[in-house]
Amino acid sequence: MCLAVPGKVLEIEERDGTRMASVDFGGVVKEVCLEYLPDLRIGEYAIVHVGFALQRLDEESARRTLDLFENLGLLEEEFGDPWEQAARTDTPTPEAGR
Amino acid sequence: MKYIDEFQNPDLARRLLDTIHATVTRPWALMEVCGGQTHSIIRHGIDQLLPEEIELIHGPGCPVCVTPLEMIDKALEVASRPGVIFCSFGDMLRVPGTDRDLFQVRAAGGDVRVVYSPLDALRIAQENPEAQVVFFGIGFETTAPPNAMAVYQARRLGVRNFSLLVSHVRVPPAIEALMTSPQCRVDAFLAAGHVCSVMGTQEYPDLAATHRVPIVVTGFEPLDILEGVRRAVTQLERGEHTVDNAYPRAVRAEGNPAARDMLADVFEVTDRAWRGIGVIPDSGWRLSGRYREFDAEHRFQVGAITTTEPAACRSGEVLQGLLKPHECEAFGTTCTPRTPLGATMVSSEGACAAYYLYRRLGGTPTPTTAEATHVG
Ligand code: SF4
Repeated sequence: MCLAVPGKVLEIEERDGTRMASVDFGGVVKEVCLEYLPDLRIGEYAIVHVGFALQRLDEESARRTLDLFENLGLLEEEFGDPWEQAARTDTPTPEAGR
Repeated sequence: MKYIDEFQNPDLARRLLDTIHATVTRPWALMEVCGGQTHSIIRHGIDQLLPEEIELIHGPGCPVCVTPLEMIDKALEVASRPGVIFCSFGDMLRVPGTDRDLFQVRAAGGDVRVVYSPLDALRIAQENPEAQVVFFGIGFETTAPPNAMAVYQARRLGVRNFSLLVSHVRVPPAIEALMTSPQCRVDAFLAAGHVCSVMGTQEYPDLAATHRVPIVVTGFEPLDILEGVRRAVTQLERGEHTVDNAYPRAVRAEGNPAARDMLADVFEVTDRAWRGIGVIPDSGWRLSGRYREFDAEHRFQVGAITTTEPAACRSGEVLQGLLKPHECEAFGTTCTPRTPLGATMVSSEGACAAYYLYRRLGGTPTPTTAEATHVG
């Protein structure tokens, strides 16, 4: 939850009087609230934290960060199944690694 | 410099490191405020690539870690009540309360749900009008605006079965408290980039001037951190102490004005306890008068719950940079991510867990797998 992940705006719509967007995070698409960046446009990138766009980001730095997060497994950590992740801490730690 | 090849841009990393090595003439202690930065530093072995004169102290910037035990116990109590749907970010599931955690509350029949966004919790409230839906609102200035929006929307849409258990914290008062502590060893701060994405940099010049301490707004990627260190050390060597923004691609001086306006409407500043540290004046937010009816502490009458923290855990000293995690006797023995004694071992952003995951083998960063990060 502490991560803020760059994402690309795919679609924008008004819901219940709130500006919402579908945002693509390196393949994972999530609903994101645009109320704090109301002039964000389709195709633009922003830093997204817990479902809220908080600051515009240029495309190049966005892509670079996403690649890095992907390589580090951080996207899976952010968007994976939290119950599974929590359950894993109750079984012997996967120390093996490499 | 053997790990440098793992950096995204090894050339640039090497150049930054060379400059830092050439600049440093004497010992300096730099504190990175944010847990995300701690994680990145330990994972990439950045502290081991820096000249030995530079010590990185891991600050209190992991919201999961500093949420007081008392607040966890309140959350567990509320989550156990019949008719309550308790919503939380996934990171909180394994944070140990006095005698259990949210994961166990759910196993015992509690309706605990993990949400990605606080607006998901609000939707659950709309879809379950017969239930009381409580959202566990933790986090720094970055997370507070999203949580504030959920409360604002609940009021606007008349969703009365929604409430927030608030444990928000603010960075500048924590920096102030650290700097005024007699034990303070910090010469410069790497301020948390995403906190400044929201708040801007205006809260920092006074702190930098009063305490004569450089404050460099820094990002989270390895190169960002090296650049933050380079700028901090440059200031220190020159005897300067200003606020410098080393993360301009995500931080503007004014921050995010819309988010700041919402914070000012929904929250008001209050004293807040930090786990392991104690009460820091003005270091938190609570719901402002207009929104008080959405305060879960009040709605469920759990305000009176008080708790003492286990004495064995020295996370308070770790969070203040007075102790390195592996210097704690419990580290890796009675305290592991599976059996955490303190919250700094639970969250992967916590200094103890970061050391446990990446520093098992006598100071060498352990090769990482995706799985190894799933502790938080
Ligand atoms: S190793 Fe465990 S007991 Fe020691 S300070 Fe860290 S969390 Fe607390």
